[in-house]
Amino acid sequence: MSETLVFYLLSGLAIVASALVIGQRNPMYSVLLIIASFGALAGLYIQLDAPFVAVAQIIIYAGAIMVLFLFVVMLLNAPQEDAADWDRTHPLRRPAMARVGSLLALLLVVQLAWALISASGMDAPVGAGGAAAEIGSVRALGRVLFTDYVFAFEATSVLILVAMIGAVVLARREGES
Amino acid sequence: MIPLGHYLFVSAVLFAIGTAGVFMRRNLITILLSIEIMLNAVNLSFVAFGRQLGTVDGQIIVFFVMTVAAAEAAVGLAIVIALFRHRESLNPDAFTSLKW
Repeated sequence: MSETLVFYLLSGLAIVASALVIGQRNPMYSVLLIIASFGALAGLYIQLDAPFVAVAQIIIYAGAIMVLFLFVVMLLNAPQEDAADWDRTHPLRRPAMARVGSLLALLLVVQLAWALISASGMDAPVGAGGAAAEIGSVRALGRVLFTDYVFAFEATSVLILVAMIGAVVLARREGES
Repeated sequence: MIPLGHYLFVSAVLFAIGTAGVFMRRNLITILLSIEIMLNAVNLSFVAFGRQLGTVDGQIIVFFVMTVAAAEAAVGLAIVIALFRHRESLNPDAFTSLKW
């Protein structure tokens, strides 16, 4: 019973925090709220017997990526979303366009709900098959990562290098050679 | 034991919130954050399905998604900084030079 309670608590926290992220005008609060959302998701990963993913979520997402976002928010010092004149007269603000957009959004929600309702096997309790210790251990994870997925793993390191060089080149001030 | 459908429902709601954020917000940083929310929603689906099937492949894919998200955030934020230097604005509608 307590497992169910923890699940609803964590998923509710994740959903509410994410909804508040897109409801904020100040990106500073958005970044802080999304860290709460990621923490709740890390709790859900622990419930799914994936403790290593949960720790990586906290360290990489909440620790590294969100600190990067915070740095940029502070660096640019543009806290408020600017509402210029041309923003209010934007073509997407016209009532007809807004109606079409709302219709498409409603369609997406209906499609997602329909897919979830009509799919089979949704009521099977997760984790009924397969031992938790088998897939939850770092040993099993590392063995698969460094044998079956070794090429993708090495390609990832090249991707990180390219991203690092790209970020340095893009963020450099113009005029410096 | 939580049914698989509940995890998928949470994932779908988070993905819809991320999509709404990309379309509603007029701030490049918040749009990037919404993309991160969508990536996390998909990660939750991967881990839930992997747990259901009893394999570690779902968790492995999550690691690759996290790596790509880190690279995307680094390059995306560098582009945001470069754009802000040009226009002194974070509004995506301010960057219409390439618009026909």
